[in-house]
Amino acid sequence: MVNVVCSKFNSDRGRLIDILLDIQSTARHISEEAIEEVASALGIHRVEVEGVVTFYSFFSQTPKGRVAIRLCDDIIDRHAGAEAVGQVFSEALGIGYGQTSTDGRFSLDKTACIGMSDQAPAALINNEVAPSLTPDTARRIALRLVQGMPPESLFEDFGDGNNSHPLIRSAVNNNIRLIGDILLAGDIESGKGLERAFALTPERVVEEISGSGLRGRGGAGFPTGKKLALARAFPAQRRFVICNADEGEPGTFKDRVLLTERAELLFDGMTIAAYAIGASEGILYLRAEYSYLRGYLEEILARRRASGLLGGEIHGSKGFGFDIRIQMGAGAYICGEESALISSCEGLRGEPKNRPPFPVEKGYLGYPTVVNNVETLCNISRIMERGGAWFASYGTGQSAGTKLLSVSGDCGKPGVYEAPFGLRVRELLEMVEADNPAIVQVGGPSGAMIGKVDFDRRICFEDLPTGGAVMVFGARRNALKIVDAFLEFFIDESCGYCTPCRVGNVFLQERIQKIMNGFGETGDMDYLESLSRTITATSRCGLGATSSRPVTSSIQQFPLVYASLTKEPKDGLHAGFDIQRGLEISRKIARRQSMIYDRRYGEEDGQA
Amino acid sequence: MARHEAFDGGEETRQRITFTIDGEKITAFAGQSILEAADAAGIYIPRLCDVEGLDPQGSCRVCTVKVNSRPVASCVHPVSADDVVENDTEEIRRWRRDLIKMLLHEGNHLCPICEASGRCELQAMAARFETLEPDLYPYLQPVRPVDASHPDIMLDTNRCIRCGRCIRASRDVDRKYVFGYIGRGIHKRVGVNATDLAHTRIDLDDAAASLETCPVGCIIRKRVGFFAPIGRRQFDLQAPGDEIEKRKGEGK
Ligand SMILES: Cc1cc2nc3c(=O)[nH]c(=O)nc-3n(C[C@H](O)[C@H](O)[C@H](O)COP(=O)(O)O)c2cc1C
Ligand code: SF4
Ligand code: SF4
Ligand code: FES
Repeated sequence: MVNVVCSKFNSDRGRLIDILLDIQSTARHISEEAIEEVASALGIHRVEVEGVVTFYSFFSQTPKGRVAIRLCDDIIDRHAGAEAVGQVFSEALGIGYGQTSTDGRFSLDKTACIGMSDQAPAALINNEVAPSLTPDTARRIALRLVQGMPPESLFEDFGDGNNSHPLIRSAVNNNIRLIGDILLAGDIESGKGLERAFALTPERVVEEISGSGLRGRGGAGFPTGKKLALARAFPAQRRFVICNADEGEPGTFKDRVLLTERAELLFDGMTIAAYAIGASEGILYLRAEYSYLRGYLEEILARRRASGLLGGEIHGSKGFGFDIRIQMGAGAYICGEESALISSCEGLRGEPKNRPPFPVEKGYLGYPTVVNNVETLCNISRIMERGGAWFASYGTGQSAGTKLLSVSGDCGKPGVYEAPFGLRVRELLEMVEADNPAIVQVGGPSGAMIGKVDFDRRICFEDLPTGGAVMVFGARRNALKIVDAFLEFFIDESCGYCTPCRVGNVFLQERIQKIMNGFGETGDMDYLESLSRTITATSRCGLGATSSRPVTSSIQQFPLVYASLTKEPKDGLHAGFDIQRGLEISRKIARRQSMIYDRRYGEEDGQA
Repeated sequence: MARHEAFDGGEETRQRITFTIDGEKITAFAGQSILEAADAAGIYIPRLCDVEGLDPQGSCRVCTVKVNSRPVASCVHPVSADDVVENDTEEIRRWRRDLIKMLLHEGNHLCPICEASGRCELQAMAARFETLEPDLYPYLQPVRPVDASHPDIMLDTNRCIRCGRCIRASRDVDRKYVFGYIGRGIHKRVGVNATDLAHTRIDLDDAAASLETCPVGCIIRKRVGFFAPIGRRQFDLQAPGDEIEKRKGEGK
C-alpha cells in the first residue's frame, strides 16, 4: 500500500505531507513499518519521516477510528457548550478523548479551532463538518454513526450558497451578515480583473496594485504591491505564487466563506499575481480542516484548465502559462506563518525558516515566492477590475478597502461582516447584537484583548489591526480563563524550534493558572510582564512574538481582575505558597501522610 | 557547504563593510553573520546552539542582539553596512538570563551528579549570567527513557536543550544522519534514526559523539565518565568566550 501511495506522487520527497495524508486516511495511522517504507521509497532517513509524522496533529502513530471525531476545543466552542457535546459522544461511543474504540470504528479527540466559531460548538467527523451541535443533535449523530451510517451521509440539510453544491454538500452555513462592495457584493463577475490585467504589462499591474494601497489581509498588513515588486525584481529561473488558506487563528473563518463563494475570484487573483511577477506555478495551501472544500476547488481548477484559464498558455495573455495545485495542510497553526507554510509545501516539518532571506527572494524550493492571504488575492482581482482608485476610496488613509471580519462569541449575529476599514468596535458590537460585551478579542489570540474603555477604537492598521477575528465575550465570562485557553493554544501550536516560545509560554500559563486558582501574589504581574518581554523580543517568528499578548493586554485592560485574585505576601512568606498543595505532591511520592499536617496521621495507613 | 554560505549569497559579497557593536567600529564582510563578524573582532556574543564548524541554526536565541533597535539572533543575521548593533546592555543581558533559566528549568539539570558538569556550556552560561540559584520558574521535569542500548554511547535527552548540534554534526560532518527532531512544541525532542541508538551507525569517532558537540550532558561516552577532576575541568580553566576575547588586541 505504502509503495502505491509513494509512486502516486512519483516518490517525490517534496510531497511527503500528501503521501502521509493518504496513508493516514486509509490505514488510520502511520505505523513504524509505514515510516520505514516511506523513507526507503523516497530515499530519505526514517527519522526525517518520523519528524514530519510527529509534527502535524492530523497524523497519528496509533490507529484512529475509521470514523474519527474531532471536537473543536476553541474557547468560543467551550463557551457554547462543547464539553456537554463531547460528553454525549464519549458516552454514546464508549470512548474518552484520545481513545479509539476497541473495534477500531471510532475515535474521539479535541482539536484546535476548525474555523467554525460562528456555528459553535462544531466537530469534524472525518472530513465532514458537524456545525451548531447540541447534546441532542450530537446524540442523533452518534446513533447514526453507531448504526453504520457513513459520515458523508449524516446530514440531509445543507447550508446556504455553495455549501449545498453537489461537490460540497455540507451542513456549514456562510453566515454572511454584512455585504460590502468589494468582496461580498452579489454582482461580482469573475474573469473581468484577469482580462484587464492581461491588457496591461506586468509592471503596470504591479503599479495598479501598489497604487490601490492594498495591504495583506492575513494579519501583518504588508503592502501587497511592494511584495509583488520585490519578487518580480529578484533574478531567478522560477517563481511561485502561494495562497495562504491555512486560516488557523482561532475565531477566524472568513477565508472559509471566500473559498466557498469566491473561488473563481481567488484563482483570478492568483493568476494576476503570477502574471505580475512572472510565476508559472501556484499553490493553494488549504488547511486540513477545510478538506470538505477540496473536491469543489479541484473541480474549479479542472474547469479553468479546460477553458484555458490555467495551463500552458492562458487565454488572452499572449504566451503566459500558469497552473495551480492544492497542497493540503495536516493540522498545524504554525503553517499559516508564511515561511513555515513553505516548509510544509516542501514536505518538511512545518517550521519557519530563518529570515533573511525572505520568501520574495528565496521561498518555495529556494525561488522567489509571493505568499498572500485568500482575501488579499480576491482583492487583487477586484482592484484590476475596478481600478486602484476605486478600491482606495473605501477605508482610511493607511488602510484602503474593506475588511472581512469573522465575528463569534456572545452575540446575536455571529458571522462574516464586510466593512470598510475604520469601523469602530462599538459600531460593530451593535451590528452583531453583542450580549452585554465586556471583552473583545480583536485579531484572535495573537491580537489585542480590549475592554469597554477601548470600544471607541477603530478597526484598521492605524489603530486595531486584525486578520479578521473578532471574538465577543459577555460580562459573565472569566478573562483569565480566556487568557489561559489562548496560552494553551500557543503551547500546543508552538513549533518548538526556539527556546522562548517553546518554554516561555509554558511558564506564562503556569503563572496564569496559579493566579486563577487563587494563589496569586502581587509580584506575579511583574513576573508575567517581564517574561512576556523576553518571549516577544527573542522569539524567532510571529507566533512567539505575539503569544504573550493575551497576558500583557489583559493585565493592562483588566487590572482589577488581577488585583482581586492576588495577595500581598506577608512576613516574607510567599502568599502563593500553600502547604497542603506542596504536601500533596510529597504524599504521592512518599506514599504516606505527614506527621504534622495530616491530623489523622496514625489512624489509618496513608496508602490512599 | 561552507559555513554561512547562505549569507554569502555565493558571489557578490566579499566586499568589506563597517558597522558598530556597542559603539565600537568593526570591519566585516558584507553578508557575514553578526556573530561571526564579532568573533573575528574579538567580541564575544554568548551562544549555545551555534558552534564553530556547523551551520548556524538560530534556535536557542541566547545570541540575540539588537540591530538598529530590532532584536535578532546574531548567529543567523547577516550584517549590513552601518548597522548599529547592541550586545552587552542591561536589557539584552536580562533576555539572555531568562533564556538560560528557561533551558535550565525545561530539562533535568542536576549539575552535581551530571557527567558533563564543569564542561557543560549551559552551566557555564548560567554562571556567566549569575543564575546559579533556582528561582520562580517552575521545573518541567521531563521523564524520557534513557537510551543505553549502544555499547559505547549513551543518550539521555532529559537534559537536552534542542540545540540540534548533534543533528547537524551527524548530518553535515559525519554524513550519517543519526539524529533528527521528533515532535513539536514543548514535546519537541531529539530522536534517533532507528529503533534505538544501537541500531544507528553512530560510533565514538563521529563528530556527533565528540565532546565538543553536545553542549550539555546528553551524549555520554560510556566508561570514561568524570574524566577530569574538579578544578581541572574545561570551564574551571577558562570560560566560554575567553578564547574569542583573547583575539582582541592580537590584531586578529
Ligand atoms: C503563527 C502565524 C500564523 C499565521 N497564520 C496565517 C493564516 O492562517 N493565514 C494567513 O493568511 N496568514 C497567516 N499568517 C501571516 C503570514 O505569515 C503572512 O504574513 C501572510 O500569509 C501574508 O499574506 P498577506 O500579505 O496577504 O496578508 C500567520 C502568521 C503567523 C506568525
Ligand atoms: S516563535 Fe519559535 S518556537 Fe514559536 S513557532 Fe516561531 S519558531 Fe517555532
Ligand atoms: S542531544 Fe545535546 S547536542 Fe543534541 S540537541 Fe540535545 S543538547 Fe543539543
Ligand atoms: S547561538 Fe544564535 S540562536 Fe543559538
